Amino acid sequence: MVEMVAMRDAYGQALVDLGDRDARVVAVDADLASSSKMDLFAEAFPERFFQIGIAEANMTGIAAGLAVMGFIPFTSTFASFATCRAADQIRVSIAQPNLTVVIGGAYGGVLAGKTGKSHQAIEDMAIMRAMPNMTVLAPGDGVEVRKAVFAVADHDGPVYLRMSRDPSPVVFDDSCEFKIGRAVLVREGRDVTVITTGIMLGRAVEAAELLAARGISVHLLHVHTVKPLDVAAVAAAAEKTGLVVTAEEHNIIGGLGGAVAEALGEHRPTPMKRVGVADVYSESAPNDDLLQKYGLTAGHIAQAARSLMERRAAHAQP
Amino acid sequence: MGDPGRDEPLAELADDLRRMVVETLCHAQAGHPGGSLSAAEILAALFFSVMRIDPRHPDWEARDRFILSKGHAAPVYYAALARRGFFPEEMLQTYDELDSLLQGHPDMRCPGVDMTSGSLGQGLSVGLGMALGLRLKAIDARVFVVLGDGELQEGQVWEAAMAAPKFGLDSLVAIIDDNQIQLMGDTATIMPVEPIAEKWLAFNWNVLEVDGHDPAAIVAACAAAQAVRGRPTVILAHTVKGKGVSFMENTHKWHSALVTEDLKEKALTELCVREVR
Repeated sequence: MVEMVAMRDAYGQALVDLGDRDARVVAVDADLASSSKMDLFAEAFPERFFQIGIAEANMTGIAAGLAVMGFIPFTSTFASFATCRAADQIRVSIAQPNLTVVIGGAYGGVLAGKTGKSHQAIEDMAIMRAMPNMTVLAPGDGVEVRKAVFAVADHDGPVYLRMSRDPSPVVFDDSCEFKIGRAVLVREGRDVTVITTGIMLGRAVEAAELLAARGISVHLLHVHTVKPLDVAAVAAAAEKTGLVVTAEEHNIIGGLGGAVAEALGEHRPTPMKRVGVADVYSESAPNDDLLQKYGLTAGHIAQAARSLMERRAAHAQP
Repeated sequence: MGDPGRDEPLAELADDLRRMVVETLCHAQAGHPGGSLSAAEILAALFFSVMRIDPRHPDWEARDRFILSKGHAAPVYYAALARRGFFPEEMLQTYDELDSLLQGHPDMRCPGVDMTSGSLGQGLSVGLGMALGLRLKAIDARVFVVLGDGELQEGQVWEAAMAAPKFGLDSLVAIIDDNQIQLMGDTATIMPVEPIAEKWLAFNWNVLEVDGHDPAAIVAACAAAQAVRGRPTVILAHTVKGKGVSFMENTHKWHSALVTEDLKEKALTELCVREVR
């Protein structure tokens, strides 16, 4: 049985441990700390926790002011509100002056506790990626979330840290290396390359197993840093098999699929399929139903890989 | 060399800043005259009397902080910084030029600029964060944020107005350059923000009203704010848009308009007459 851990639980504990080690770490919340699990930090360090209420723009500006004063602020709200409602505050007060603020994106993707499209985030990575100076992280499991929290504290400049709400498979162990900007080769393969980010990692591992059972060998690259993209690793992974499937719980426009297509288009044009939300708004429903309807399961990744292989085979016919 | 400008009367300094603004805007053929001229006494009072700052050490940790939330008044901010000795006055001629530290709206790469601004409504939140940071660091310094009255139409201002009293931030001072005119016309017509004082009172701020062209009154209000504990202060400074240049006064047409050579000379002549009156 695969161990399951919610990224937000890992996040809350990591914040506490980081806060214990580094007095510069402060936290600002827009009335969602019990959801983001920043409440653990609030309990541990009440003097370094600031409850701003339901006012994401103000929270974001306050974080900027704390960053100017030499603190390392982590903000707490849902990914959708953090990146859409407070986009201009992030842009002008954080990204333009290149301040070190960690914008926490809780409930990234479509699994937002049956809340529906207003609370789901499928544009967040695209918006954050378009801002100069911004680093965009989408760790693949709870272990990576913890490593990311410690990594950003040593990083200069703004970071968007995207996380998922519900328990997801633990893929890595504590010995894994997490370096901002460096992709992780999860599995060597020869037939088709799958490139994942965020919570899709676990589903991609499952897809690789499904495909292996049919004799298809998957080369699996995990991209926890969507920006700056590890272009060399992406190009090498594409070169390995000549076919690329990207997988993300995000709109297929502007996120990982977009980033990989841009990089490969310039460096190593490769046939691709993008698995993700197909530029539509989702709805509220049980998790499994959402993943199925919006094309985000292991089966969808496997299907995309097979169709790429079939297309290649058809082209190879004399 | 002592502290440049520290011994000059503030009213004369304010008109100095106005002349520098007119020269800068004419040279750049860009910028916002009206809202720069209305804030001249506010900036003169802050930078030459009220604020604890050291131009030789712009990053001095215990300094008072300043945020120009109405970032389009950057020319008068740059004039004050230059006159105070943060950088040479000749640098004003680089305003809006490629690679210049003097951007169209303030950028914190410029010496003396504590916060980047430009998109209206954001400065008070940042100032609030700075005040929290100063408290955490046990630094006894103040944060001054200058806003425009038109800027009060931005919702984020009121989010910050709601939050600052919660944290009892008496080190935070907001100054509203209430010139009653915005880009398209009178604030009262575009979108009324009155009654301003009552709104801030209702948000639990210490509210002071001054003639925004009386430097001594601004200095006194800043001192009075310091005596109030547990509450932030807002100083409602009643001003005239375009103050000091007759044809720029009280009209939205000079919110953002080009200063030609002829008009520059006319403006400078008026400002010199003010000086000797």
